[in-house]
Amino acid sequence: MIDWITPWELSRRGILGMNRRNIEFIGRYNRREQYPLVDDKLKTKLIAQHAGVQVPDLIDVVRTQHEIETIDDKLADLSEFVIKPAQGSGGKGILVIERHEAGVFTKSSGEQIGILDVKRHLSNVISGLHSLGGRADVAILESLVRVSPLFRNVSYEGVPDIRLIVFQGYPVMGMLRLATLASDGKANLHQGAVGVGLDIGTGKSVAAVQHNRIVRNHPDTGAELTELSVPNWRQLLELAARCFEVTQLGYLGCDIVIDELRGPLLLELNARPGLSIQLANDAGLVPRLRHIENLESFAHNVEDRVDYAMETFTRERRTEQTKLWEGQ
Amino acid sequence: MSQKGPFLFLVALLCIAGVGTAAFRHAEYRIPWLPGEQQNVWEIEARIEYMAQGVPTQAFLTLPPNQDGFRVVNETGASSGFGFEVETQRRQRRAHWSKREANGPQTLFFKLELVRDAEYRVDGPPPAAPPASALDEPYQTAADQIVQAALPVSANARTLAQQLINRMLLVPADQTVSLLRDRFDEATLLANLLVTAGANARTVQVLELEDGRRRQSLKDYVQVWDDGRWYLFNPTVGPVTDLDNLLLWQTDTPSVLEVVGGTRSRVSFSMISQPRSMLALAEPSTGTGFSLHSLPIAEQGMFKLIMLLPVGALMVVLMRIIVGIRTAGTFMPVLIALAFLQTELLPGIVSFVLVIAIGLVIRSYLSHLNLLLVARIATLVILVIGMISVFSIVSYRLGLIGGLTITFFPMIILAWTIERMSIIWEEEGPREVFIQGGGSLLVAVLAFLFMDLTAVRHMAFNFPELHLAVLGLVMLVGRYTGYRLLELRRFIGFKQ
Repeated sequence: MIDWITPWELSRRGILGMNRRNIEFIGRYNRREQYPLVDDKLKTKLIAQHAGVQVPDLIDVVRTQHEIETIDDKLADLSEFVIKPAQGSGGKGILVIERHEAGVFTKSSGEQIGILDVKRHLSNVISGLHSLGGRADVAILESLVRVSPLFRNVSYEGVPDIRLIVFQGYPVMGMLRLATLASDGKANLHQGAVGVGLDIGTGKSVAAVQHNRIVRNHPDTGAELTELSVPNWRQLLELAARCFEVTQLGYLGCDIVIDELRGPLLLELNARPGLSIQLANDAGLVPRLRHIENLESFAHNVEDRVDYAMETFTRERRTEQTKLWEGQ
Repeated sequence: MSQKGPFLFLVALLCIAGVGTAAFRHAEYRIPWLPGEQQNVWEIEARIEYMAQGVPTQAFLTLPPNQDGFRVVNETGASSGFGFEVETQRRQRRAHWSKREANGPQTLFFKLELVRDAEYRVDGPPPAAPPASALDEPYQTAADQIVQAALPVSANARTLAQQLINRMLLVPADQTVSLLRDRFDEATLLANLLVTAGANARTVQVLELEDGRRRQSLKDYVQVWDDGRWYLFNPTVGPVTDLDNLLLWQTDTPSVLEVVGGTRSRVSFSMISQPRSMLALAEPSTGTGFSLHSLPIAEQGMFKLIMLLPVGALMVVLMRIIVGIRTAGTFMPVLIALAFLQTELLPGIVSFVLVIAIGLVIRSYLSHLNLLLVARIATLVILVIGMISVFSIVSYRLGLIGGLTITFFPMIILAWTIERMSIIWEEEGPREVFIQGGGSLLVAVLAFLFMDLTAVRHMAFNFPELHLAVLGLVMLVGRYTGYRLLELRRFIGFKQ
C-alpha cells in the first residue's frame, strides 16, 4: 500500500503545490523579460553590484577561447579563486581553487592540478559543456568565499548556502542547505543535500530534512542541526529583500552565502524556486504568501519590509515542533 | 480570479460547440459514433432488356419514389454506349437512357442501394381527388352491386377495402365478381371498386424484397387513402402490415418501362441484402462538404494520424499536470506513441529502448570529443539513422518483419532524446535518467493505449470538431492549481 497524504490535509497545512506556484505566483508576479537577469549569473552579479548588493568579487570574465591563452598572467597573482559558468545549473562546472603556488592549483577536494587543467576547464565552460542545453557560455572568475567558521564543521565539503523565498520584497521563508556525501558536495536538495528550515524572525533552525525525511544530525559530519543559528541574520534578510528592487521579480529565490570576512553575499537568484523549502520548515508557503498579497500597502523601504517579515513570520518553538525533533 | 468567468465560458463554449457539432453531424449525416456499426443494405439491380431496331433509341425506367421507411444511399445507372441521366417530373423520378443508333439486343442496368430505416419519413402532399368512376356497362352496374353489399358492413375506406377483398376471394366465386374478374385483374378491380364507393384508391407496383432473389418482377398492389395516409393492400390477401420488405416502385405513371425504338422490352429485378458499415453509408453525404473525407486517400491516411495528436497531447497534459510524471521533452511521448501506433506496442518499446540505450553509449563517447551542440545533434541523427537501418536489415534477415516498421520512429526526436538523456545522466545521474526516461515511456504507452482505441481513432477522424472539446479540456487543465498526484507522495512529511 502506497503511503500518501490527502490533498485536503496538504491544503489545510497551506502547502504550495507545483501547479499553484506556476500559475498563481510565478506566472502572475514574475515578468518573463526579467528572467535573463537571473538565468545568467554574470548579469545577476553586475546588476546586484550596481544596486549595492554584496556579491563575491568579480575578478575577470573569460568570453572567448582566445582569451584563455593569456589567462596565465591573471592567475599568477591569485592564491585562491572560483571559476563558474554564467549559465550553469545545479552547481555544474564550478572549479574551486583553494591554494595556488607556482602553477600548482589545489582544489577544494585536495586534488592538485596544473595550469593546463585549469585552461581546459575554462575551455569546456565557454563551449557550454556545463550550461543548460549546451549553449555557448562565458566563464566567471570570482573570489573564493571563505566558509564562516560557524558552518565549517556542519557541512560536508562545499559552502553551505541559505535559500530565501522573497515575495514582493518580503522574505517569507528560509532554509540552510548543507552539502552531503550523497549530494556530491552540492547543495541541491533533490540530490540528497540536507535542508534546514530557518525561522524568519531569528535565523534559528526549526526542522531539517534529507530526502524528504526529518533528520536531527548531519548524516556525514554528525553535526547537531537542531540548535543552528545563522549569524548576520538581519543583514542577510535585507540583502535578500533588496533583490526584489534589483530584479523586479515578485516571486524570487535568493541563494546567499556567508563569507567569514564580508558577511552575507548574494550567490545567485532563481525565478522558479523549488518547493522543498516547505518540508525543511515543516510549514506551508501559501498562508505567508496570501498574507503578503492581502497587505493594504507595500513598504518601499527594505528595512521596513524586513522588520515586518521578522515580526510576522517568526514562530515560537511550538510544542508540536519539539515533538517533531523528539520523535526521531 | 477576475478572468475566471469569461475563461470558463470560453471553455464551455468550446466543449459545447465541439460536442454539439458532432451530435448534429451524427443526427444529420448519420455518421456513427462508433466504428463497426453495421446496417443491412439492399442492393437492387433493375435489368432492362430489349431489341433495338437500328434507329435512335431511348429507354425510360420509372424509379421508386422517395418513401417512408427506405433511405436511398446510392444509385448508379451506367450502361456502355448509352447516355444516361435521371430526370424528375412532378415528383416522379425516371432514369433515361439514350443512344443515337443501336441494333440487336440491348441490356441496361440500374443499381439502387437502399437502407431500411423505420424512422425515415417523407411528407408528400395529399393526393388529388379520386377520379370519377366510369366503367363500361355492364361492369359499372356489377361494381355498384358489390359496393352496395360491402358498404353497410364497413366503417371507413380501409375496412371497405378489406370487405371487398373478402368478397373477391370467396370460393365459389360470386357471379358478379366473376364477371368483373374476367375483365380486370385483381388490383385494378379492387381499385375500381373502391373508387366506385367514393374512396381514394390507386394501383401501385411494389417490389417484394427477398435476399438473393433474381429476375423478379413488380407486383400489383392497391393503396387506399385514409386518415391522412396511404394504406397498402395486397388484393389477393388483404391489408399489408409488414412493410419491411416491400419497396414501392411505381405509383403514378402508367408504366414502369417505356422504350422508344425497340421491341420486346422487359425489366426484371435482382436483389441482395448485405451488411455494410454505417460509416461507409454516411460518407457519400458528407464527401461533398468541408470534410476530411474530401481529401485524397493518401492525405486522409496522414490526417488519420495527425488527428490523433491532440488526443495524445491531452494525455501528456493530464499526466504532467494532474499526475506530475516527469518526461524528457514535453511532447516527445506523443511522437513516440504515434510511432508505436505503426510499429505495434511491444516491438515499438523494444526498438525504442534499444536505440536510446545504444545511442547513450555512443553519446558518452561523443562527449569526450567536445563537439559543438549542433554538430553533436547532427552526429546523433546520422547515427540513429544508421542504427535503424542496421536493425531493419538484421530483423529482416532473422525473419522479424516488425523490425522494418522501426523506420516510423521520428529520428530527429530520437536524436534529441538521446542528447537530453545524456545531459541528464551527466548532470543529475543515472537515477534521474531512469525516472525521466521511464516517465516518458510510461506516458507514451498510456497515450498509445488511448490513441489505439478504435473508438478514439474513429471519433478523432470522423468527428474532427470534437477536438474543440479537447482544446477546451486542455485549456481547463492548464488552469488547474490543485496538487499533483505525485505531490501527495512527495509531501508525505507533512502527515501528522
